[in-house]
Amino acid sequence: MEKKIIATTSLAGCFGCHMSILDIDERILDLIELVEFNKSPVDDIKTFTKPVDIGIVEGGCCNSENVEVLRSFRKNCKILISLGECAIMGGLPALRNGIPIEECLREAYLEGPTVGLNTTKILPNDDELPMLLDKVYPCHEVVKIDYYLPGCPPRADLIWDALVALITGNELALPYEVVKFD
Amino acid sequence: MEGHGKVTIQIDDAGQVRESRLHIVEFRGFERFVQGRPYWEAPVLVQRLCGICPVSHHLAAAKALDVIVGAGTGLGLTAVGEKMRRLMHYGQFFQSHVLHFFHLSSPDFLFGIDADPAIRNIIGVAMHHKDLAVQGVMMRKYGQEVIKYTAGKKIHGTGAIPGGINKNLSIEERDILLHGADPLNADKMVEWSVAALEFFKAFHKNNKTLVDTFAEFPSNHLSIVRAADGALDLYNGVLRAVDSEGNRILDDVDCQDYNKYIEEEVRSWSYMKFPYLKHLGKEKGWYRVGPLSRLNTCDFIPTPLAQKEFEEFKAYTNGKPNNMTLHYHWARLIETLHAAEEIRNLLKDPDLQNEDLVIKGEKAHKGVGVIEAPRGTLFHHYEINDNDQITLANLIVSTTNNNEPMNVAVNHTAKSFMNGQKEITEGMMNAVEVAIRAYDPCLSCATHALGKMPLQMTLVNSKNEILDQKTK
Repeated sequence: MEKKIIATTSLAGCFGCHMSILDIDERILDLIELVEFNKSPVDDIKTFTKPVDIGIVEGGCCNSENVEVLRSFRKNCKILISLGECAIMGGLPALRNGIPIEECLREAYLEGPTVGLNTTKILPNDDELPMLLDKVYPCHEVVKIDYYLPGCPPRADLIWDALVALITGNELALPYEVVKFD
Repeated sequence: MEGHGKVTIQIDDAGQVRESRLHIVEFRGFERFVQGRPYWEAPVLVQRLCGICPVSHHLAAAKALDVIVGAGTGLGLTAVGEKMRRLMHYGQFFQSHVLHFFHLSSPDFLFGIDADPAIRNIIGVAMHHKDLAVQGVMMRKYGQEVIKYTAGKKIHGTGAIPGGINKNLSIEERDILLHGADPLNADKMVEWSVAALEFFKAFHKNNKTLVDTFAEFPSNHLSIVRAADGALDLYNGVLRAVDSEGNRILDDVDCQDYNKYIEEEVRSWSYMKFPYLKHLGKEKGWYRVGPLSRLNTCDFIPTPLAQKEFEEFKAYTNGKPNNMTLHYHWARLIETLHAAEEIRNLLKDPDLQNEDLVIKGEKAHKGVGVIEAPRGTLFHHYEINDNDQITLANLIVSTTNNNEPMNVAVNHTAKSFMNGQKEITEGMMNAVEVAIRAYDPCLSCATHALGKMPLQMTLVNSKNEILDQKTK
């Protein structure tokens, strides 16, 4: 069987979903027999070098760079998966959605108890910093998403079963105990 | 304070590195959006800053809330409360340090800094050095299992609550961790930690110049140490800082007073702030944190095998602070061994089966929790109102404490590898990443992708006009 090509990325997430991928533990040695990783933090390949079969996205979109990366994943991946609460619903970072972004910046850089000397009122603002979005957006509001794996993070067994099903083309059995929303 | 990173290096038309910057390009706004939430949510909310060391945030928040619920500042919990948290924390140290060493850094050691990036990664390790990869995977798994049995879940658990914990360790759980089938048991983890140290020391012996001179620069070092005797203590203690010669520039400081001594500078080109010791000012007051700093500030390590390694480590610099960036890896592996020894000791402690999980006293409106996270000192500070809502949250994460040092290390490496070179190679760019990786910037708290980030080079002339750009 030809190896399927996989790509992964973390947008506005905490990397917990990637850690949960690593929690498949010794099965990771089986996984690299089944798939080839392309653009992914797992292998340090930073740009797409070939068409990808399965793209896995952790995190929602909180800035312009997240949107660009997500769009490039959609363009280069046949199947795109939202992995975990942040990709699916914005997750914890979306708690800022009810608050004007100025207030969040003021609290972090002007008003916190240890920024006493910021008397010149500097806020981060530089060409190298991507634009913050007004809100944190779930991935499916930006591009079409094919599959959703819930959990914060999704359990390693769920990730493993879903990947094996996609790689082998077999139907995914989803027992109640495997799907968790926490 | 968290998010992904990017490095820019400016090279002038004479081929000299002018300036290098490590930009943190993401912003989330935790300090603002936790305001108004009930205080007891903090340990589960704020750990979502980071999925790699969630336990550190979970425990730092719980420690701050211990003060708020009147359970004291660190050592006021019941025996089972403190020991379960410590077990969780050592499990976290073990898995995180192992991940960092085996998954992120060992490819540089095994294949060389300028090796083909297609194999210089953990998958390359799995294909070419399978035994080592299996060890790394199983050691990380063991650490995650310790977390699962103490926090309820491997990632983003719920074990610590204000004033204590919500479960003890059952006899069955204890036996799984203590005497599990080979290799998943405490003795094997100690044995493999020793082996990992031997691996690093052999590499050091054969690559002395690289390991000793790569991004070596003097700096201050900060950590907490055990209040009574200055021992390495990753869970609780007082703040201590030493300068590059070993003079104590901060000592015996109560963590509740952290903001009398530490301040942060904001720079326009990064979302990550730049902390420094107030009394020394921002030019001279910046400091390093993490494994290297902890071994520079503490007086000894309270477990025998790690203490023996500590003595060898200290002897290498004649007892003076060690300022060599790649020695972070050495220090990290000594701490890995310490964590394995502590896990083994704690598992044999019958207090873990006690039932008195929580303690509470008179409520306060402010609490500070300071803990040593795998990457360094972590500060959480909360204030609440009479309705139990959070009114203020201030977080200084480990990687933020290392912000200035990482910038210095990047600049140092860029200069020594790139100055006067006609062509910028893949190996030179990776050298810059190796410098950053030594600090183990929390993949999520402060940077990108498994310790590796996009590197963008900008070539400018003396008028600051851009001549060329190259992205790795």
